[in-house]
Amino acid sequence: MHFKARASAALADATLQANLRKFQSAGFTALRAKAVAEFGPELFEALRGEGAAIRDRSLESLDAWLDRFEAEAVRRGATVLFAETRAEACELLVEICRRHGVRKAIKSKSMLSEEAGVNEALAANGITPIETDLGEYILQLAGEPPSHIIAPALHKSKDEVADLFQAHHHAPRKDDIPRMTREAREVLRGHFLSADLGISGGNFLIAETGSGVIVTNEGNGRMVTTLPRVHVCITGIEKVLPTLEDFSTLLRLLTRSATGQAISNYVSLFTGPRGRQDRDGPEHMVFILVDAGRTHLVGGDMQEMLRCIRCGACMNHCPVYRAVGGHSYGWVYPGPMGSVLTPSYVGLANALDLPHAATLCGACSVACPVKIPLPELLRKLREKQVNRGLRPWREMAAVRLWSWTARRPRLYALATAIAVRLLRLLGGRDGMIAALPFGREWTRGRFFPAPKSGRTFRSLYASRPTPALRKP
Amino acid sequence: MSSRERILERIRKAQGRGGSKPSGAELEAVETYLRAHPRGTLPKVEADLVARFRARAEATQCTTEEVTAKAEVPAAVARYLKSSDLPLAGCVWPQLDDLDWKGAGLALEPRAANSQDAVGVTGAFAAIAETGTLMFASGPDTPAAVSLLPETHVAVVSARRIVAHMEEAWDLARAELGQLPRAINFVSGPSRTADIDQTIVLGAHGPYRVHIVLVRS
Repeated sequence: MHFKARASAALADATLQANLRKFQSAGFTALRAKAVAEFGPELFEALRGEGAAIRDRSLESLDAWLDRFEAEAVRRGATVLFAETRAEACELLVEICRRHGVRKAIKSKSMLSEEAGVNEALAANGITPIETDLGEYILQLAGEPPSHIIAPALHKSKDEVADLFQAHHHAPRKDDIPRMTREAREVLRGHFLSADLGISGGNFLIAETGSGVIVTNEGNGRMVTTLPRVHVCITGIEKVLPTLEDFSTLLRLLTRSATGQAISNYVSLFTGPRGRQDRDGPEHMVFILVDAGRTHLVGGDMQEMLRCIRCGACMNHCPVYRAVGGHSYGWVYPGPMGSVLTPSYVGLANALDLPHAATLCGACSVACPVKIPLPELLRKLREKQVNRGLRPWREMAAVRLWSWTARRPRLYALATAIAVRLLRLLGGRDGMIAALPFGREWTRGRFFPAPKSGRTFRSLYASRPTPALRKP
Repeated sequence: MSSRERILERIRKAQGRGGSKPSGAELEAVETYLRAHPRGTLPKVEADLVARFRARAEATQCTTEEVTAKAEVPAAVARYLKSSDLPLAGCVWPQLDDLDWKGAGLALEPRAANSQDAVGVTGAFAAIAETGTLMFASGPDTPAAVSLLPETHVAVVSARRIVAHMEEAWDLARAELGQLPRAINFVSGPSRTADIDQTIVLGAHGPYRVHIVLVRS
């Protein structure tokens, strides 16, 4: 199923539409606007420029920064593994589980683990993965993928969550949100204390110190990286940053752009395993740094996409995402960033309508904290589709016919003159077309105004009153 | 050839930088930048760091109070716990074991936290006025989970350790710790979530409440 079909289903889903309306009105855009106003819009603009420059510095010599990160992480006692593919990332993780006798793994949010299908790989090898971010946990119970990278379960209503908890927690149904949260907390606390392995994502990697960073609100990320005897951080190779100062600059951008917070509740840097005298922390710390398509973007005309710090501002501001929700995009990343990343990571031919799932209104690039020119990148993907002959034959034939005619001005004038007259006829007395030929979808919800004069633009332009010549 | 080598070589090739490894000049450029570690534009923070810190910490739903000497801390903590009807037992950073907790009627054990602890008392490595944030550096006498597992977290912070921005806290860490400990945790308010119905709830997985006792001396 493609975006179009999924989006149509989403628009027809009354429950989803009600949940999305809540997201639209109480949503992140107003919180971000307030945070930016409070911070100072000019200062925030300056920061966006600096954020983009920091990300570009990392990407322009990505291998050197990765090399530096690896050396420092290893010096501090961590293990650093590289995976070329999603499958290899899963193999490495399963191998770690085997070596350490892991039966149960607790996870904090990791978009890369969603990309790689880590949960399925673990389950297939007899290891129980438990999602501990409340939203991700709800979705694990529901057997659904996330629909937003920051608020993964925003498509679920309170009642739907209450039903899920009742079915899975073997406890009386609760519909008061604090009590529901408490119930989930108690169930998950048991898992935190009994798991052998913690799997986290990594918002950033810091080359200076060999540290990984996670930015969270719930505190589950801290549990995952502190309590089990083994901690694996699985993230993309592009996440590396040079210094602690660069990280602080990007953090100011990230939390404001994501949820409008000046800082999130918890920001945690983890560096190596526990020291010999330490009373808590994991005995083993492993980084799995995954390529999975990222190197195909390096050095090309899409490299700017790798600046992305996964704040979700582009989808929060996207009129298409706001109407259809995240599942319509079909893969891990929704919204404008997903429409660029999905074709790049899974292949242009496998995500044909995603670069078109945008109005190119530009709201995403205005909100992006690291100034990724998302509409530009979407346009480039559209071009690539045409150049590789990946568009549907009807569309290609129509464009070819138009260009053939447009190169013959007389024929073009004749054809358009006929078309305009036909349109006027179709418009009838009130000059409104209720069913446009070849455009019935467009006129299903509105009228198309017919050209009243019955003349083409070129003929109107040619007969315009000549402006009086001004004396020099 | 390993995955690592193939990935790094693909990057170099795609960027037209030749060879399979970073050149000496590239590695030197990396080290030069790390030595300089330039700061970005910093937001302005008022000169009264204590006032700013308290205001921002309270905005993240911490509660705060000030005492004038370290010796007053146990009594202040006991007062806070009693006034909120909270248990008077739990764990405390071994670093703060020199305070007379017992004398204030508190049963706080100097150790790492376990899931039975209702209260966790910590110090702080530093505090950041810009955002009202507490900074913890893990270590044998400053275990990380004390600020995480208990439902109530009390942090004792010396007013002298409040800095304007995170950047000044990094300078302190470089000067005093040399290298980062296993865990640096920045905490700004109680644990929270908005994952059900986009409604904010405190106490998702970590503490339901964070109380900060500032020591001005």
